[in-house]
Amino acid sequence: MPLPGRAAAPGIITVEKNAEPMLIYLLRRLLYIVPVAIGVSIICFLLVHIAPGDPLTSIMAVDATQEEQAAMRAAYGLDKPLPVQYGIWIGKAVTGDLGESIATGRPVVGEVFNAVRNSLLLAVAASFVAFPVGLILGFLAGYFRDTVVDKAITAVAITGVSLPNYWLGIVLVIVFSVTLGWLPAMGAGPGSSGGSADWAWDWAHIRHLVLPAITLSVVPIGIVARTVRALVGEIFSMDFVQALYAKGLNQGAVLRHVVRNAAPTALSVMGIQLGYLLGGSILIETVFNWPGSGFLLSNAIFQRDLPLLQGTILVLALFFIFANLIVDVAQAAIDPRIKRS
Amino acid sequence: MSEAPLLEIENLHVRFNGERTVHAINGLNLRLQEGEMLGLLGESGSGKSVTLKTLLRLLPPKRAEIDGTIRVNGTDIMTLSGARLSAYRGGDVSMVFQEPALALDPVYTIGDQIAETVMRHKSVGRAEAREVALDMLTRVRIPSPERRLKNYPHEMSGGMRQRAMIALALACRPKLLLADEPTTALDATVQIQILLLLRELQREFGMSIIFVTHDIGVAVEISDRVAVMYAGNVVESGSTRDIIKDARHPYTRGLLAANLHGVDRGTRLDAIAGSPPSLETKPDVCSFAPRCTEAQPQCLRALPPFFAPSPGRQVACNLEEGHSPASNGLTAAPAIA
Repeated sequence: MPLPGRAAAPGIITVEKNAEPMLIYLLRRLLYIVPVAIGVSIICFLLVHIAPGDPLTSIMAVDATQEEQAAMRAAYGLDKPLPVQYGIWIGKAVTGDLGESIATGRPVVGEVFNAVRNSLLLAVAASFVAFPVGLILGFLAGYFRDTVVDKAITAVAITGVSLPNYWLGIVLVIVFSVTLGWLPAMGAGPGSSGGSADWAWDWAHIRHLVLPAITLSVVPIGIVARTVRALVGEIFSMDFVQALYAKGLNQGAVLRHVVRNAAPTALSVMGIQLGYLLGGSILIETVFNWPGSGFLLSNAIFQRDLPLLQGTILVLALFFIFANLIVDVAQAAIDPRIKRS
Repeated sequence: MSEAPLLEIENLHVRFNGERTVHAINGLNLRLQEGEMLGLLGESGSGKSVTLKTLLRLLPPKRAEIDGTIRVNGTDIMTLSGARLSAYRGGDVSMVFQEPALALDPVYTIGDQIAETVMRHKSVGRAEAREVALDMLTRVRIPSPERRLKNYPHEMSGGMRQRAMIALALACRPKLLLADEPTTALDATVQIQILLLLRELQREFGMSIIFVTHDIGVAVEISDRVAVMYAGNVVESGSTRDIIKDARHPYTRGLLAANLHGVDRGTRLDAIAGSPPSLETKPDVCSFAPRCTEAQPQCLRALPPFFAPSPGRQVACNLEEGHSPASNGLTAAPAIA
């Protein structure tokens, strides 16, 4: 006769196993974000304070007296001890208030989100170019490993990674804007030259996106292609591929298995690249006068605009964390070895 | 010997071209009857695995130069291509690999992997293929097979994975199963379970098996007949009984003597001195002669012919001179012709 206790035990285990491992994984990953976000916010805050230079010099009158200077400091809260300043800053930040820009007096949140939106636009456009091209090139190189095809693709990929992309940007501007006059060299649309113009999905705006997006896509193309090449080459040399042929699968079916095996790693590489692209490229955005986060960041740095700088870095860091989260979750969804181990 | 053999390999040569040339198989002849279990024995580099991979046409066509004929059920498999090759692989002949952890796709469930094969070969729907997969897992005696269908390879133990691999290989009821050292990567106790399982399934399904191993103990345990390979060719073959009782080739005798059974503690193991040839050139004399304690001048002049000391036996050694030459089509010792 089976013991009742024994009979119940496997039942309990089954319940645990059936309780959507994916959902548990997602919740756990969301919880991990809290300490990471707090750490990031502290680092953002401190980094800016470690940097040399007085944020107030740019807006202070040259002949300001000691009292006026002190009053100004107090007005911006810069007279309080650092932990108190952090407390005030983060307390406001969680309510969505990142303070006002010292240079312009406008709310940081608005400035940052405009810039991030523009960078996002550029990043997504660059990804649309870079990821398919990188994946296809990488797959071909891995499949035709050690052949002429592989060598040609590898040469292209390495050139892409090593080329200074701001230089490439300038060359593209010279060729397509100055010489041929096909595409605009600057800004994000008509009537904007560095300002926060409204975006619209028409050719007048999109044509501004073409050159910076292509320029920005060159490095990720190289990185994705190199990674996928190594990945696919490695998977093809694994025993199970031979076993797949041995059980009678044709080329197409075997390729499907290879792609499925390569997907998690390829995805994470693309996620990290997207994260980098989101941070905006200071150099590319400067070359093309693109009003994105990199552009905003460089302005904030040169003007010692403390609240703007802190706010921008914080928002970008949070974006990066979320991009990683999405990649991790997507990876766990395709790769069975992640969520269960 | 009157009925047509299931498998007939005639004068097979396999050469790998690359940075260095390797003559992996040199004039191999092998026959296998239906329902027979052949133990293919030899040390690393003797050409056992290459033989199996040639049988499934798994060698890279660019690097491997294959010569000779292989007939399975009367079909010359060297002429197969495209859909017919796919149907042959996994349908008529299938393979169990040495390391199941590496030979199963890590990101597909066991059930999907078995069902995929069944759908390929039997043109049945998904649900029916999964039924077959479940049935196969039951037949290889995997506990709670319904749950295991949904498992990924990394969620199983080594022995369980090899059982799943066997289930996969047998799902389409092949006539010939190629087992490439299927127990080498497993614990000793699990090894025996897998051997017994293979033996049972062979009787149940009535298929033939070529069981490749470097362990003469395992070969003797499981096979009806044993073929000993050296330097890309069979040097001795015969029924398992005959081989144990009366090994003729000095290499086979060496392998038997090197076995650990009955060796006293502290005495030196009877290993065969020297190492196998590199096979960069095609052997034109007896490959074993440099390591052979009984080598004679003629061994270094030409390849030894096959002799048949008793019915069903083949020995490629000059010491057998005086016995009648092998007569059942396996005489091919090409250097002599």
